[in-house]
Amino acid sequence: MTTAGSQSDPRTTDEFIKGLWRDNPVFVQVLGMCPVLAVTNTARNALAMGLATMFVLVMSNIVVSSIRNFIPKQVRIATFILVIATFVTIVDYVIQAISLDLHKALGAFISLIVVNCVILGRAEAFASKNKIVPSALDGLGMGLGFTFALLCLGVVRELLGSGAIFGVHVFPDRYQDWVIMILPSGGFFTLGAWLLVFNAIKKRKANAAGTAKEAA
Amino acid sequence: MNQDPLWTIFIGACLINNFVLAYFLGICPFLGVSGKIATASRMGAAVTFVMLVSSVCAFGIQILLTQIGAPYLKLISFIAVIASTVQLVEMFVKKMSPALFRALGIFLPLITTNCAILGLALFQTNKGYGIAQCLVYALGAGAGFTLALVLMAGLRERLELVRVPDVVQGTALTLMVAGILSVIFMGFAGLGG
Repeated sequence: MTTAGSQSDPRTTDEFIKGLWRDNPVFVQVLGMCPVLAVTNTARNALAMGLATMFVLVMSNIVVSSIRNFIPKQVRIATFILVIATFVTIVDYVIQAISLDLHKALGAFISLIVVNCVILGRAEAFASKNKIVPSALDGLGMGLGFTFALLCLGVVRELLGSGAIFGVHVFPDRYQDWVIMILPSGGFFTLGAWLLVFNAIKKRKANAAGTAKEAA
Repeated sequence: MNQDPLWTIFIGACLINNFVLAYFLGICPFLGVSGKIATASRMGAAVTFVMLVSSVCAFGIQILLTQIGAPYLKLISFIAVIASTVQLVEMFVKKMSPALFRALGIFLPLITTNCAILGLALFQTNKGYGIAQCLVYALGAGAGFTLALVLMAGLRERLELVRVPDVVQGTALTLMVAGILSVIFMGFAGLGG
């Protein structure tokens, strides 16, 4: 199980980039859907949630990676969860200290970062098998990818739902708000639409590669 | 102490604030195991059971933690209890019905990371429910989760037979259908005051 340190250096940039686009946790791997849908009703909430998740992801990846050789295989999942829960508790208290409004808006979803499959998934699939630096970069990349996805949803939902981005109104006053975009169902529709866009891009790329092969 | 009557709590958790369609909790199994009605209903039963057990445990833990003055341990102890309950259910299902065990696959251990269960434990402590209220709340949330899962499975079984464009197939289609279901559940708002 522990093929520790078999990663070579040139790949570290790749670890960072892959989370952003190719293996984007939300659009490609379809993981961690609950916060993606629940807290993206405004761009600000989406950004805050993304950053909080990124912090937990990076820190838990670092810790898991540094203790990977001491954890017995049978209890590894429980250990990972405990590490993650510790960092989430920290984030919970920090956000409460910085902005009480934000803490109220995100509600229980800060605590629920614990059960975000992306974090446990990266700990199990990457950090438990790799050195500290690649693990940290992997966490950073995946975290940025996650934040990017949250922002994609948050911006669209806020723009259509209340005609604003980050609280700044962009549409003229006579714009009729699409209230449904702020409501839960709007989350499902927006994410569905984004996945559609990503599917279409993937399909087009695959087709282009196919025709190129035929031509050659 | 919260004084909400029990039936309001049940209706609220099951229909109005359905955990899946209004709170977005437990989306992963909702998308993953909603292919067939039979599997979906059993998954719902398993989740409801874990919810009931962890709800009672969370109630006890909350009292204990307030006694010793360590509220910051809440999250860690909740998740530990949930993980052990799931382990118990997993062993039980494996013994009683190996076929179901295979059908649920990876989603059975993943009940641990089902946010619906941790969410339930957190919500009930935030709302300050008593023990009877906690049990009804867990029952309602479990029933709501099962309802959403079974409805979705029924729709997806029908969709299998329909021709849809290539791009829409898979998760995108499921999410669109879930959105429409969510709109329908909004109609329950106001029920039970």
